[in-house]
Amino acid sequence: MNTMTSNTLENRPKLPIYLDYQATTPCDPRVVQAMLPYFTEKFGNPHSRNHSYGWESEEAVEKARKQVADLIGADEKEIIFTSGATESNNLALKGVAHFQKDRKDHIITVVTEHKCVLDSCRHLELEGFKVTYLPVRQDGLIDLEQLKAAITDKTAIVSVMAVNNEIGVIQPLAEIGAICRARGVVFHTDAAQAVGKIPLDVNAMKIDLMSISGHKIYGPKGIGALYVRRKPRVRMEAMIHGGGQERGFRSGTLPTPLCVGLGEACAIAQKEMGAEAERLAMLRDRLYKGLKERLPDIYLNGDLERRIPGNLNISFAYVEGEGLMMGIKELAVSSGSACTSASLEPSYVLRALGVEEELAHTSLRLGLGRFSTEQDVDYAIEHIVQAVNRLREMSPLWEMAQEGIDIKSIEWAEH
Amino acid sequence: MAYSDKLLDHYDNPRNIGSFGKSEEGVGTGLVGAPACGDVMKLQIKVGADGRIADAKFKTFGCGSAIASSSLATEWVKGKTLDEAEKIKNTEIAQHLSLPPVKIHCSVLAEDAIKAAIKDFRDKQHSKDSVESDRAAE
Repeated sequence: MNTMTSNTLENRPKLPIYLDYQATTPCDPRVVQAMLPYFTEKFGNPHSRNHSYGWESEEAVEKARKQVADLIGADEKEIIFTSGATESNNLALKGVAHFQKDRKDHIITVVTEHKCVLDSCRHLELEGFKVTYLPVRQDGLIDLEQLKAAITDKTAIVSVMAVNNEIGVIQPLAEIGAICRARGVVFHTDAAQAVGKIPLDVNAMKIDLMSISGHKIYGPKGIGALYVRRKPRVRMEAMIHGGGQERGFRSGTLPTPLCVGLGEACAIAQKEMGAEAERLAMLRDRLYKGLKERLPDIYLNGDLERRIPGNLNISFAYVEGEGLMMGIKELAVSSGSACTSASLEPSYVLRALGVEEELAHTSLRLGLGRFSTEQDVDYAIEHIVQAVNRLREMSPLWEMAQEGIDIKSIEWAEH
Repeated sequence: MAYSDKLLDHYDNPRNIGSFGKSEEGVGTGLVGAPACGDVMKLQIKVGADGRIADAKFKTFGCGSAIASSSLATEWVKGKTLDEAEKIKNTEIAQHLSLPPVKIHCSVLAEDAIKAAIKDFRDKQHSKDSVESDRAAE
């Protein structure tokens, strides 16, 4: 098989083929180039007012801020740098909730949100806030009527992620924004998996707060941003206090090279998003078609149309996910199986879609990205097909299915 | 998951995959686990006239640890009497494969599978014996 994979950049050892782009992305080399001067040459503190080290560092940060803003149709004054989307989500939820708590103590979110949103909501519940967790349909999308029905005059904030990290489905942001704006409720979206992949416009979509992650868009890890609307102004309490940086919302010296990296990643995404989306859709379709043609009984989890182009989440019936991943060691992927999670619980996102537990255990998440090639895809098809067939031969469930036995009719003893 | 070489060997080269024919004599089948848990093991033993397990086969739906545990189980039961096979402990399986703590339950399931196969064989023997003794009594 070809030894030169897309991941073999100069001076790098041969790697497994990377198909886990939703977990993280490599830095684009152009991003790294943009960052480098700010480590050893232009290393000044961007808040130092008195000398050129500070000024040049500040200039770089402000340029990056504008690059981030441009990508989402915001004003640069509305961008706060944070350590990543987890911090941004915490700040948005807790910041707004705490500010509003005397008048409004209700929060609405969705069962398929990222853990940092769900856990922040649980924490707020312990403080006395009431949280509604909206279900999703089988396609992974929320029901707008349910959202409307859930909003009360005590609702402080609605938080719905733009794109789900496991199944890549895209929520109807503009419709949600319109509903929230009409009812005077703050609309926050965790857009970590959406920024730079689908067009976003905070004004057209009436988004009030948006979380952004650097390492999901070929930028560095350790940096993100929170978009905070100024007109009408979103009021929020800070979590991190100190020198009052970032309009008082997030104190701390800004990490100039990381900010520059995030900015550059956003600028590249803005230019290349359209063409990249087309290319990824083509690769994704090739991968899905290649698997479907050769393997019976495989199921796509989540809507195919309303989905970012680089994601596939497939259940391979009768074959367990971790066992399958061991059989495709040349591919770096992830699974919704319980065996791959520290908690031994299968993916809560798949369960929320109504995927039955045994199918949740058989799922693989395949994420394509900027550096994925057709060779990667063809290689992946070969190896996944081989591994699934081998494991099906070893599977008592496959054997039963072939014999026409209805697995659901058996009384299994839970252990 | 960092697995031991022995475990990986059982995954890459599983011993005794397969099933005995439905009509074969002297077969006991153990089916344990549940698809909803992500672990199902089917372990079969074929008992010879001498009361020793002459052959064993398995099929498993589960992670690498589950596959290795059941593969090892089929290796270990061969040549043993039913009483000897019943004494195989999950801790021995876990130790041999160096199972990480979070995977110990896979070895427990393998021990259960052995016991289930033995019980199934004994139950079949029992009903066969009672049919024969009923006939003899007629």
